[in-house]
Amino acid sequence: MIDRETVQNVARLARLGLSEEEIETFKNQLSGILGHIQILQEADVSGVSPIAHTSRLTNITREDISQPSYPPEVLLANAPDQEDNCLKVNAVLEEA
Amino acid sequence: MTELYTLSIHEAGELLRQRKISSVELTQAHLDRIRAVEPKVKAFTLVTDDLAMQQAREADQRLASGENLHPLTGIPIAIKDLICTKNITTTAGSRMLENFKPPYDAAVMVRLHAAGIVMVGKTNMDEFAMGSSTEHSAFFPTRNPWDLERTPGGSSGGSAAAVAAGMAMGSYGSDTGGSIRQPGSLCNVVGLKPTYGRISRFGLIAFGSSLDQIGPFARNARDTAILLQAIAGHDPRDATSSPQPVQDYSTALTGTIKGLRIGVPEEYWVEGTQPAVVTVVRQAIEHLREMGAEISPVSLPHTKYGVAAYYIIAPAEASVNLARYDGVKYGYSYRDTSEMWEAMEKTREFGFGAEVKRRIMLGTYALSAGYYDAYYIRAQKIRALIAQDFEKAFERFDILVSPACPTVAFKLGEISDPYQMYLQDVFTIPANLAGICGVSIPGGFSDGLPIGLQLLGNIFREDRILCAADAFEQATDYHKQWPGNL
Repeated sequence: MIDRETVQNVARLARLGLSEEEIETFKNQLSGILGHIQILQEADVSGVSPIAHTSRLTNITREDISQPSYPPEVLLANAPDQEDNCLKVNAVLEEA
Repeated sequence: MTELYTLSIHEAGELLRQRKISSVELTQAHLDRIRAVEPKVKAFTLVTDDLAMQQAREADQRLASGENLHPLTGIPIAIKDLICTKNITTTAGSRMLENFKPPYDAAVMVRLHAAGIVMVGKTNMDEFAMGSSTEHSAFFPTRNPWDLERTPGGSSGGSAAAVAAGMAMGSYGSDTGGSIRQPGSLCNVVGLKPTYGRISRFGLIAFGSSLDQIGPFARNARDTAILLQAIAGHDPRDATSSPQPVQDYSTALTGTIKGLRIGVPEEYWVEGTQPAVVTVVRQAIEHLREMGAEISPVSLPHTKYGVAAYYIIAPAEASVNLARYDGVKYGYSYRDTSEMWEAMEKTREFGFGAEVKRRIMLGTYALSAGYYDAYYIRAQKIRALIAQDFEKAFERFDILVSPACPTVAFKLGEISDPYQMYLQDVFTIPANLAGICGVSIPGGFSDGLPIGLQLLGNIFREDRILCAADAFEQATDYHKQWPGNL
């Protein structure tokens, strides 16, 4: 049901690296799980509106007032790499 | 003399306020208990002994002053490692967050610190709360205090085991599809999942945001009421937290369930449920009838779609929530490349364990073009039908009763097929999908292994399920049993 190519495609969408072994395992396991989930297709859902949550609340708003936040060094304390109070990352845009 | 770790929270609270014991003594008794049994149970990812003793001394000063006292002042409590604790490592059971120290406290921690709890440690769990056995912890599995060869359930297995083994008087976990109630059932403790929106999720590391709720574990209903009260209420930092006023849960414990209308869902007696579970739960229901409750069958016709709908919705939400772990801002980061996408993919490949990857894959698949309507939208429609089933049932009934879990505690390694593990939550998932509250309480034993009874209540009717739980305890002694071979 799920082939190798689908596994690789979904992994790329999720930016999830997978080993060769994992690709094979997930191909079988996801096929198995989706096989069980096929039961959803049996249900009569005609005329039913989908719900995304059950909080029974809508449009929670607040005044747009600035609140005290954290100093950069506190927020950067867990950063893998930093420089001048900024997160340091690999180049996103390469020079032409 | 009674060992201090065997006291209940309400008993110990009395003794603390009467100054017959000190929080330092009580905390020391729990740290001693941790030293004695934790090597066998392995319920904690971190024991915070120094912090605990410091908080105990502060609690004793507060108790001496007699001012600003709370039922939890000076009480040793354990916290699931999914709940952010300021400057204290919060791993979510994952390599990804192995060294993560949150810059802030979760909303529940702010309330608990204001109450004056003593935090004894952070508890082990399935990675990012995905699992039913703690075997998906990136660090080690927790063992069931009732049988060390078996799992305590999960994902909040460490929190359940810590309370069952007397290493904490109460604890907090989180429940997305049964992660409080199932380990409660397997460890013979009370585990309550509140109504969606009753507890702030601010600072709870997100798994399935429309399903997650923090809730308490304790060894009896009265303690559970105290632990729930301490964290319940509106929080502007969580837009899904409800402004609905909070009931007084302790005064709801009247001790009687005479005339309480209890529905028994017909669809909750499915193939695959162990005969011992059926026998024990049927007996417990008869017991409730003898106590004066009116018991009738009720149909929740869409129950059979619950697990399938959940395993679309929860992984879909998880795949989005876990997109933040990219190795840039915090957490594990793969550094051996200068290529941006490769760094991100390897970070996630090495930072996440197998079950987390499985769910990210499942969720991404269900949300991807071509499958969105067939899976995700369809699952959301079924979610609406399941919620309607409960709405109708609660027009006729005050609470519903069922098994909490189809099995007793299973052996470590016994369930290797992912979908078989997912079926552990067959009786607990519908409550998360519908947003109602539920509690698992000690309901009996089979061959020395605990079996939980699940009580489901309508939205914001935690008072009713706690009242029934308390009444059942007064007529039984299952909750007073301690694991023998620790």
